[in-house]
Amino acid sequence: MGQTVAEQILSHRAGKTVKAGDFVVVEPDVVMSHDSLTPGIIKILRQELGMEKVRHPERLVFVLDHVAPASTVGTADLQNQVRRFAQEQDVRLFDVGRGICHQVLVEEKIAAPGKIVIGSDSHSTGYGSVGAFGTGMGSTDIALIWATGRTWLRVPETYRVIVEGRFPPGVDAKDLALKLCREITIDGANYMAVEYHGLDWMPLENRQTLASMAVEMGGKAGIVPPFGVAAEHFSTPEWLSIDPGAQYARTLTVDISSLEPQVSKPHAVDHVVDLSDVAGTHVDVVFIGTCTNGRYEDMKAAAGLLAGKRIAKNVRLIVTPASSRELARAAADGTLTALLEAGATLTTPGCGMCMGRHQGTLGEEDVCLSTANRNFKGRMGSPNAQIYLASPAVAAATALTGAITDPRGC
Amino acid sequence: MSTVWKFGADVDTDQIVPGRYAPYMRPDADVGEAAFIEARPEFAKNAQAGDVIVALENFGCGSSREYAVEALRRRKVGAIIALSFARIFYRNALNLGIPLFESPEIVAALQDGDEVTLDIPNQRVRLGEKSYLLPELPVFAREILEAGGIVPYVRMHGRFPEEE
Repeated sequence: MGQTVAEQILSHRAGKTVKAGDFVVVEPDVVMSHDSLTPGIIKILRQELGMEKVRHPERLVFVLDHVAPASTVGTADLQNQVRRFAQEQDVRLFDVGRGICHQVLVEEKIAAPGKIVIGSDSHSTGYGSVGAFGTGMGSTDIALIWATGRTWLRVPETYRVIVEGRFPPGVDAKDLALKLCREITIDGANYMAVEYHGLDWMPLENRQTLASMAVEMGGKAGIVPPFGVAAEHFSTPEWLSIDPGAQYARTLTVDISSLEPQVSKPHAVDHVVDLSDVAGTHVDVVFIGTCTNGRYEDMKAAAGLLAGKRIAKNVRLIVTPASSRELARAAADGTLTALLEAGATLTTPGCGMCMGRHQGTLGEEDVCLSTANRNFKGRMGSPNAQIYLASPAVAAATALTGAITDPRGC
Repeated sequence: MSTVWKFGADVDTDQIVPGRYAPYMRPDADVGEAAFIEARPEFAKNAQAGDVIVALENFGCGSSREYAVEALRRRKVGAIIALSFARIFYRNALNLGIPLFESPEIVAALQDGDEVTLDIPNQRVRLGEKSYLLPELPVFAREILEAGGIVPYVRMHGRFPEEE
């Protein structure tokens, strides 16, 4: 019988053929944890599991991105604890300023096709952008992987998304990601792997946007099969393929050639409408960043609309590059200058204001339009703040006017 | 008696414990005090050991933050009964030993503020004269809960659930 990509990857690592519904115990290739949770995982390892050493330090990666650089004495002390632990245990660590874990692991090619990447972060589905099986787990599960080198998983069913057509001007991968949340809903892919077909033409950064948001539909993984134009980023193992005999629990076909810019309204990611339904809504803060949309191409798309102009009075535009490499790319070709001259505030590469801890935390009267992936109540600060989600182009157009604006008219 | 705290659909982990209240941000605070601190402050103030959370679909969606479950464990929540659970939350709750059940019948029957008797060993919830059967858990889930969580399970069995 044929296999989905998730079944192929889990079978390969389990050393036997497994199918959706089976339980497997596997050795993850990569175990990522970030500054927000690594201190707690260290505590579980030592206090609950009574262990001092991790089993396979070469498989671990720490990234300091959630509060970067530290904003309080407490976060500074905990980050120092993580640095010490990494040194003691010989674990790779990417320090503050290097960028968001999901971006860094792709850039460093630590996440790669066919690998199992377990992260302490729900957006670990993003590793599916390079054809890895990436999924998020809680701190105790991560501590057990550190201790044993293994974890257990239920092999997920697969929700196949077939994408037809190409984006019209002014519409991009974020609009598709939001459209999928709209169609599939916030739990429509719960427990499932989402497998995206028809995207051989799609560049890596767009695949990252899509895969990072698979979890917003409940997905356990979000996998773009590692073939096509992004091939320079992968070395795809010969055993991995799109199997015509694979069984899919569900299939959704989306034609993107007439897709409109999409906007997610407060306070749930699947409250998605066409932009025209919310056009003109007043906005105080525009945020361009995160693992979903903080890359060079996202900044470039925004700069294309902002170059030579000024953002609206009373709007704060906060740009947080996804990584130091993406920041350097934006600095090298004038993208960054265009953003700054338009009035943008630049912050350290990392998660930025996405979870309301620093670098732009929202107050109770703030209305924010964000290129991030979550708009839950209180996510970015005050529970009374309003968060809209949209593409970088919509963000830039909105920054120019101070109200939600269609980038196609700019 | 246990008090029922009833919630709607898609209760996300930012509602259970906002990221700003993470142990990382407040290392000296008890994360249990942050349970529903903004979404349902009266829960944060008044919830008692053994109380029952009842919710509609997709309880616990969003972040992987285990401290959302840890906060409920510290409040000694007796059980969570919902129409469905988000994947990572379900796993985290089992891992930390919080019983959780999917039961449309009980979710429909129990209202916010009801006083019930939760009897997990006999798989029962009693409301006044009525008694409801808690659904049978999958074997792996029952075994993890009986052990008191995934860490005691692995210590006890020397293997993961379903591992040969």
